[in-house]
Amino acid sequence: MLEVRNIQTCYGNIQALKNVSLTINEGEIVTLIGANGAGKSTTLMSICGVISPRQGEILFRGEPIHRLNAEKIVSLGICQVPEGRHIFPQMSVLENLEMGAFLRKDKGGIKSDIEHAFERFPILGRRRHQAGGTLSGGEQQMLAISRALLSRPSLLLLDEPSLGLAPLIIKQIFEIIRKINAESNTTVFLVEQNANQALKIAHRGYVMENGVITLEDRAENLLSNEDVKKAYLGM
Amino acid sequence: MDFEYLFELLCSGVVKGSIYALIALGYTMVYGIIQLINFAHGEVYMIGAFVAFIVTGVLTLSGHSGLTVLLLAALAAVIYAAAYGYTLEKIAYRPLRNAPRLSPLISAIGASIFLMNFVQLVQTPDFLPFPELISDFDFMEPISRYLSSVDLIILIVTTVTMIALTVLIKYTRTGKAMRATQQDMIMARLSGINVDRVISATFIIGSVLAAIAGVLIASRTGQINSAIGFTAGLKAFTAAVLGGIGNIPGAVLGGLVLGIAETLGAGYISSAYEDVFAFGLLVLILTLRPSGLLGKAVKQKV
Repeated sequence: MLEVRNIQTCYGNIQALKNVSLTINEGEIVTLIGANGAGKSTTLMSICGVISPRQGEILFRGEPIHRLNAEKIVSLGICQVPEGRHIFPQMSVLENLEMGAFLRKDKGGIKSDIEHAFERFPILGRRRHQAGGTLSGGEQQMLAISRALLSRPSLLLLDEPSLGLAPLIIKQIFEIIRKINAESNTTVFLVEQNANQALKIAHRGYVMENGVITLEDRAENLLSNEDVKKAYLGM
Repeated sequence: MDFEYLFELLCSGVVKGSIYALIALGYTMVYGIIQLINFAHGEVYMIGAFVAFIVTGVLTLSGHSGLTVLLLAALAAVIYAAAYGYTLEKIAYRPLRNAPRLSPLISAIGASIFLMNFVQLVQTPDFLPFPELISDFDFMEPISRYLSSVDLIILIVTTVTMIALTVLIKYTRTGKAMRATQQDMIMARLSGINVDRVISATFIIGSVLAAIAGVLIASRTGQINSAIGFTAGLKAFTAAVLGGIGNIPGAVLGGLVLGIAETLGAGYISSAYEDVFAFGLLVLILTLRPSGLLGKAVKQKV
């Protein structure tokens, strides 16, 4: 479904990604784990067209997308929940969700999708008129994921959804991600520092270090891999 | 105390302030979205007045009535200014989008000086008389001491314009995209919003408001020259900062407060010190409330 081939992405003179290649197949949950500053978020931003890779190519359903701008890429069905959630702080929960559907024209469909989001996260329904900036971290993450789903993505990119959340909420969020993947057949690319949880719900995983992919395997193999255990699972 | 005189001053202050507010909206909207102080904004206002002046001249010769001429002149000014604002952003600011913040600021000052001198060269540095197009309404006769017919039109036009702007920002697709871009530009892009188009739209809307203000002021003061944009721009910028830059209701409030403070100061103390009251007030409010009347303090996470 998505193929990243040898991309190199730079911020000014600093090269953040050096020859990154990865593949995501339809229906999978693929995770990318690695330490702070390894280049995980840059990989997502490159896929989404927020930063253009200097070299290499990115194919989505066989078509090159690495020269397209961010709006176009969203319209193809790739949607990202960025790190730090990026809720529109002065917009209500409802308005935030509507922004997720910005490119859609089917009013009825949007409405029922919003209701569906409120069923999935009842707390959001109760706070629908509250400003997004006043929600707790966990609620904001629920809102960020729901907002992304409102664009009806076929590929959902998640950047550190567990960041700064309480363990119980983290568990809930990962369970929802698994459900989204299983129920609506949304392919998920999950970037995480919380390697243990991420590998538990993922089918496959990549390990990134200093802008390079160093390992690729099935998730259960990575969970039992000695190097991964030592470096990322704290065992 | 002479309440009639006070009321007279207040009316005049509100009229003046509502025009400041119209121009201040352009400053504040652009700042809200790209954190740029568009110093050339006052020039767009001045160009609006000049286009109206030229169109008025041509139309009056062909023998149309006052109000029709004013409407057509305003329409021409609005269209011309919108094109100006759009082009200005494309040429002077867009190439510097990712440059350090000081660069677009310098570019803005450059654009302002260029536009001012350009008009001065192709037109004239002297004051030009702007024709009186609105004849006094009969029903305004009893209160003409407080509010002239032109003042009434100014108040109606500014009110309608501001309501239209509120509706646009709150309910339209463009308005939603503008608010999203203002609150979080990266997320706006990730939601499928074409940020470049939103920024262009902001410049166009701001320029339209400035052009309307230009036509209104010209028909009130009865004269224009190439430097009016500088003074009005500075005042409107003050109004925007006073209300809290980036905050739309703040710009309106700041404009009104500034207009009233100026006329009260001029009326009770001395008109020679009009500008001193305006900027003195700015200093005072920024000392007490550094983020402006309605502005929110920016919290920086460390």
